[in-house]
Amino acid sequence: MSERIPILRIGETLLVSVQFDLEDQMVLNLQEDLAEQIVSKAARGVIIDITALEIVDSFVGRMLATVAAISRVLDARTVVVGMRPAVAITLVELGLSLGGVDTALDLEKGLAKLRQPTSSVLR
Amino acid sequence: MAKRDNAADLVGLLSVEGQDLAAAWVREVSASLGSRVGTAELDRELRELYDALVDALQQGATDVHAEQMSEVRALLTELSRNRARQGFSPTETAISVFALKRVLEPVLQEGSGDETRAYLELGRVLDGLGLFTIESYSQTRDEIITAQAEQLLELSTPVVRLWDGVIAVPLVGTLDSARTQVVMEKLLQALVDTGSEQAIIDITGVPAVDTQVAQHLLKTIVAARLMGAECTVSGISPQIAQTIVALGIEFDDIITKASLADALKLALRRSGVDLVAHEGVQR
Amino acid sequence: MTAPWAAGEDPKVYPIARSGDLVHIRQAIRALAQQSRLSLVDQTKMITAASELARNTLIYGGGGKVTAGLVSANGRRGVAAVFEDSGPGIPDVDQAMTDGWTSGGGLGLGLSGARRLVDDFRLDTAPGEGTTVSITKWAR
Repeated sequence: MSERIPILRIGETLLVSVQFDLEDQMVLNLQEDLAEQIVSKAARGVIIDITALEIVDSFVGRMLATVAAISRVLDARTVVVGMRPAVAITLVELGLSLGGVDTALDLEKGLAKLRQPTSSVLR
Repeated sequence: MAKRDNAADLVGLLSVEGQDLAAAWVREVSASLGSRVGTAELDRELRELYDALVDALQQGATDVHAEQMSEVRALLTELSRNRARQGFSPTETAISVFALKRVLEPVLQEGSGDETRAYLELGRVLDGLGLFTIESYSQTRDEIITAQAEQLLELSTPVVRLWDGVIAVPLVGTLDSARTQVVMEKLLQALVDTGSEQAIIDITGVPAVDTQVAQHLLKTIVAARLMGAECTVSGISPQIAQTIVALGIEFDDIITKASLADALKLALRRSGVDLVAHEGVQR
Repeated sequence: MTAPWAAGEDPKVYPIARSGDLVHIRQAIRALAQQSRLSLVDQTKMITAASELARNTLIYGGGGKVTAGLVSANGRRGVAAVFEDSGPGIPDVDQAMTDGWTSGGGLGLGLSGARRLVDDFRLDTAPGEGTTVSITKWAR
């Protein structure tokens, strides 16, 4: 019934760019569509670009974490890119640290992250 | 009706000798302020005020907050602001208004009962104006203090670029909650602006931290991670290390290095830059 | 009502009946937050808190309304929002305010998280008598 956010495919990567404030149902649809397409398009990576989002509440936050977890089960990686500083501060204050979600500053760095072998963090 | 007459009396009091009174007022104030305000400037200020006051009284205003007094109030606000900025005391500021009373005193000695009544009435008006002056004076002072505090915040939290993709905030001095929050926001914004994936928070110059400040630092680091950047904390003094442990703050997830140099080395390694020392090269 | 609504600017009432209403409420709160000159971070916090509480009203309270407007006190300006529902109420307030506790399959961050995002937070509830949550964010 409600609109769906388009999911683009570039090679083995699925790309979603969220351009406006989402209704809850659209958030759930996106989660469903992504899970489906990771399998049907044999994707190895997912990039969710939230540069345009001025608000990420716990509902959207939960969707991001769930998509990351689902993609891991399906042998793909999810990178959330472009989170604004104010949004990041608010999420931390809200108590949502999105453990298990890979992040990058922008689309380009997100794509680079997908190309790297699974992270071996230097200390 | 009575009020109107009253106002007329007040005007009469002020305009009997016309310009002379204003000049006497300027002399009186000028003597109390010394040479710190130019006579020409003072003359202009007070004459404007004088005219505005006569105007307001002519329209029947006897209350400072009356509609007709708005011009007088505007002039007084400007005067108090200037005095506050130039560092005059509240007394020196308010005297500008109260001096007019003294100038009018001679009227009392030779005046009739009516004139005395008018003088007292005018005295009340001037008292109100004087208080208004002090009020706007302290308001300006407050604004100056707030502005300075903000400037200090800005000054004390520079974000510097150490390398392509590596930024650092060297923190110096005591951290309070407000300042830490400013640092947090500035650092995160700098990550976006410079496209840096590595940030170093150097607290070598910080003598102590409390729970709140440590929490703010932690939150900054988690927020940076949400945005796709990594933070390293360097320069933790033994005392601060003890505080962190004693307060039971979870620092496990945070990467710490002893010095800014070590932190930079790590940040470079993580951004794929290798530092190679060449043997035998003399410089 | 806890909020000292700013003179001359009446608060507006928005219904919370379907999930689409949340989008409108976020927009309304954003406009108010900008009007009262909240910093960008504070705007984001206030809108996010409102979004959490509006969703609570919808899911746990079975719908309701929010009254939102500008407030002023002691020379400061701010934004306030009061969320009201006539749902089942909250039997154990302390428990509901605990991080991670949820009765409805969420993350359990709604109430406790929203409280951390705002300056003033007030919860009035009793079993069977609905729930009212008032929040305020002041400009610095």
